Amino acid sequence: MSFPVLPVILLAPVAAALVLVFVPKDEHKLIKCVAAIGTFVSLILSLYVYFGYDQNLGGLQYVIRHDWIQDLGVTFFLAVDGISLPMLLLTNLIGFSAVFASWNINNRPREFFILLMLLITGVMGTFVAHDLFIFLLFYEVVVIPIYIMVVIWGSSKRVTKEYAAMKLTIYLLIGSAFLLVGVIALFSKSIAVLGGPDMSFAGLAAAGSQLSDFDQKWLFALLLFGFGSLISMWPFHSWSPDGYAGAPTAVSMIHAGVLKKIGGYGLVKIAVLTLPVGAHFWAPWMAVLGIAGVAYAAFGALAQKDLKYVVGYSSVSHMGYVMIAVACLDVIGLNGAVANMFAHGVMAALFFSMIGFIYEKTHTRWIPDMGGLARQTPRLAVGFMMAAMASLGLPGLVSFVPEFTIFVSAFHNYGGLAVIGIAGIIITALYVLRAGANTLFGPPRPEYDHLEDIKGVELVPLVVLGTVLVVGGLLPSLLFDMINSGVVPLHAEISNVLQLGGNL
Amino acid sequence: MPFDISLLSIEMLTAALGLAVLIMGIISPQSARKGLSWVALIGLVGITGVAIASWDTHSSVYSGMYLVDNYATFWKITFLVAATLVVLGSMRYVDNMGGQTEYYSILVFATLGMMVMASAGDFITLYMGLELMTIAFFILVCFRKNDGKSVEAGIKYILLAGMSSAVMLYGLSLIYGLTGSITINEVGRIIAMNPVSPALVLGMVMLVAGLGFKISAVPFHMWSPDVYEGAPTPVTAFLAVGSKAASFAILIRIFVAALPGVWEHWAMVMAILAAVTIIVGNLVAIPQNNIKRLLAYSSIAQAGYILVGLVTATEAGIKGVMFYAFLYVFATVGAFTVATYFYNITGSDKIKDYAGLSQRSPLMAAVMLVAMLSMAGIPPLAGFVGKFYLFKTIVDNYLWLAFIGLIMSMVSVYYYLRVALVMYRDDPADPTPIKISSPVAITLVLTMVVTLVIGVYPGPLSEVVNAAAHSFFLQ
Repeated sequence: MSFPVLPVILLAPVAAALVLVFVPKDEHKLIKCVAAIGTFVSLILSLYVYFGYDQNLGGLQYVIRHDWIQDLGVTFFLAVDGISLPMLLLTNLIGFSAVFASWNINNRPREFFILLMLLITGVMGTFVAHDLFIFLLFYEVVVIPIYIMVVIWGSSKRVTKEYAAMKLTIYLLIGSAFLLVGVIALFSKSIAVLGGPDMSFAGLAAAGSQLSDFDQKWLFALLLFGFGSLISMWPFHSWSPDGYAGAPTAVSMIHAGVLKKIGGYGLVKIAVLTLPVGAHFWAPWMAVLGIAGVAYAAFGALAQKDLKYVVGYSSVSHMGYVMIAVACLDVIGLNGAVANMFAHGVMAALFFSMIGFIYEKTHTRWIPDMGGLARQTPRLAVGFMMAAMASLGLPGLVSFVPEFTIFVSAFHNYGGLAVIGIAGIIITALYVLRAGANTLFGPPRPEYDHLEDIKGVELVPLVVLGTVLVVGGLLPSLLFDMINSGVVPLHAEISNVLQLGGNL
Repeated sequence: MPFDISLLSIEMLTAALGLAVLIMGIISPQSARKGLSWVALIGLVGITGVAIASWDTHSSVYSGMYLVDNYATFWKITFLVAATLVVLGSMRYVDNMGGQTEYYSILVFATLGMMVMASAGDFITLYMGLELMTIAFFILVCFRKNDGKSVEAGIKYILLAGMSSAVMLYGLSLIYGLTGSITINEVGRIIAMNPVSPALVLGMVMLVAGLGFKISAVPFHMWSPDVYEGAPTPVTAFLAVGSKAASFAILIRIFVAALPGVWEHWAMVMAILAAVTIIVGNLVAIPQNNIKRLLAYSSIAQAGYILVGLVTATEAGIKGVMFYAFLYVFATVGAFTVATYFYNITGSDKIKDYAGLSQRSPLMAAVMLVAMLSMAGIPPLAGFVGKFYLFKTIVDNYLWLAFIGLIMSMVSVYYYLRVALVMYRDDPADPTPIKISSPVAITLVLTMVVTLVIGVYPGPLSEVVNAAAHSFFLQ
């Protein structure tokens, strides 16, 4: 492999951001085109990597590794495997769509798209880094652009955008403070075990599994808190509905679509892999918190009248499934967790982009003020309903198989408890259908007769994300074979340590 | 040992530069004195070059009275870089203020004092360097002699700095009385061999108090917000960076080289001091509405973080301190240069007047943001790597301190983001773009780029600092 494809994927949006610095700030069209090109390059290349990845070979591919900081044992280590590739692809699908979902931003667009490019790069970086230090460098890059984007381009409804932005930021930073303590302590202990510093995931995993049970348990608790607050694990979820409601469309899409998933990804690829004994110890707690999240957030969503709050709570609820799945700690569960993150990412991004358009056109997100939009804006309605159907797990769309997988594994491992979680799907159907019905159907309102349906470039999010929804639903093997090729070796390693032996 | 005068070449060149600036200022007409900034600048850059060239020289002068090692050289480079950046970023401010001759020459002499501190091998040399630096700062702090606040700051600084020097001197004299030696390494040997006496503990406490004042550690920090606010902004920058770094240089010399025998007595004191400093500095910064006071409190908190590296008294800890001090220079000078230039344009230090800065000058807003986030330790900026090195040393035995430090650094993001909020969200009252003169632009870009590069690729600097920290234990 001579062509450094992963660095190019990472740097294409950065290059676009640099170009944007020199574009005159009134050239709105040009600014948006540059941003679109930057994300398009990344999207095409990540598709190339996704389909070029050799699943039979498995393991890390497209590896780039250079010495970086010697006394910390840090290497600049970029690679992809079956778990990180779906997330990388997801990031680029959403990033590309987000540019078009923001096509109508005309207030300081240059700054907006520069920040958006940095945001996308940061998220991508966490999924391709295989060195914990490099992972951390990308991990928090995203926090500051998001803060600035929310305070400038956000909207104040139930809470002010300043409040939303600060809540988002402080929650994530406090979570990452605990995460950092855990990481530094883990690193410090790993030096003693390995006899030298090594920050790569594999190196830390080799050291971590040899730590005493007690160390593994408290370190895992710190990592769980850090990653858990990012994935909006109940009861650390309350930033999520408020934050999404305050954020501009593109930020909601990326945040709900992929950024949150860094938490789940980190749990699987770092916390579980490195500290299997700790994971085993905390798994029942994770499952309980996951189930509580599913149930609580589903009821929360039921009570909301603001569209963004509905989707915000629903995303907390869906991430509860991911927590349950991770807590199963078997191949089927982990497969389901990763696949569900992918499915939910596509669905949430589509949801938020459609809500963004609705808000842009009607200037409201208040469900009682809407109705019958399907007549006036049929294409918008199609996108909205696709996302809604995916959200309730309709067979034939991308999220059905992941949810089914999770239920199989959860039922096997947690039996009765899982029933509560599975029951959440009924409430999900209830609130999603209700939101759809009250927004799109019923008698059309005369004040919305003048609305124009989405057209031209505005259709890009619908086409891109809608296609993935359907294709992923009809050909789930495209997603699952890939994830399975990453999960099986990971599970083999942790079950080696746990001596559980065998799969489900 | 024969006396090799070339070992002192950096110090002699600096002294010569200070005198040269003074003389040139006297003989040149008022209008030509603007050029003095360039003389000082080129001189400082040249001396930095000499300092870098003298890397890996390990020797001492007058049987250990003056030490030349990588440890000292690294600190000297740090001070020189700080002085260079301050001069580069504040030319226009100084031209407006007047008195270029004295300003630049005293600034150079302050730098000389810091260098003497870094190289000091005995208590007398150390104290001499300290006083040279402090007295130079007395003058610089009240340089705006028609500004009541500046004069007030100067008086406060003189009284309190004098007092703290006295306390420290008393501590040093107690230790001298107990050991009969003023050479730092000799004192270290004697203390290690003898049982701990109450007088030694008293002396140690006085040293903590005296030096705690210099680095503005809580509870000896009360002077710094007032002095930082009143002093001319470039002086504040140099005080926050240079004076603090130099004080850390001697703090390490005294505690790690002279008092390792009583480490178990002072390690916990340092840990608690660090924790209190981090907490108070960050919490009190929250309600500030003057940018200089905000930066003053945040620099108190920064001192707390640096203290963390001292707790274990190991090579890794010293490395953490030096690494952090070096990158702290760039972040602080960047932030203060923005404040200096902003004051030049608008005559205000109020945070609310920074409204819309991102539209008036994207560069200034970006530098302020990057500098502040680096201080908060947000990756991928330099501060994150620095904190990683510092907290790595204590995480095994002082886990509580790591929790406090990292949680408080996330709290600090709160008040830094308030500044970002004003700069980015609000529309400016006066939308005219701010034109940035090229020396200031160079300073700003330099500080930002270095902060980013060290954050992303700290490898090379880290190797250099390792060598510097390693040489500390060779003497």
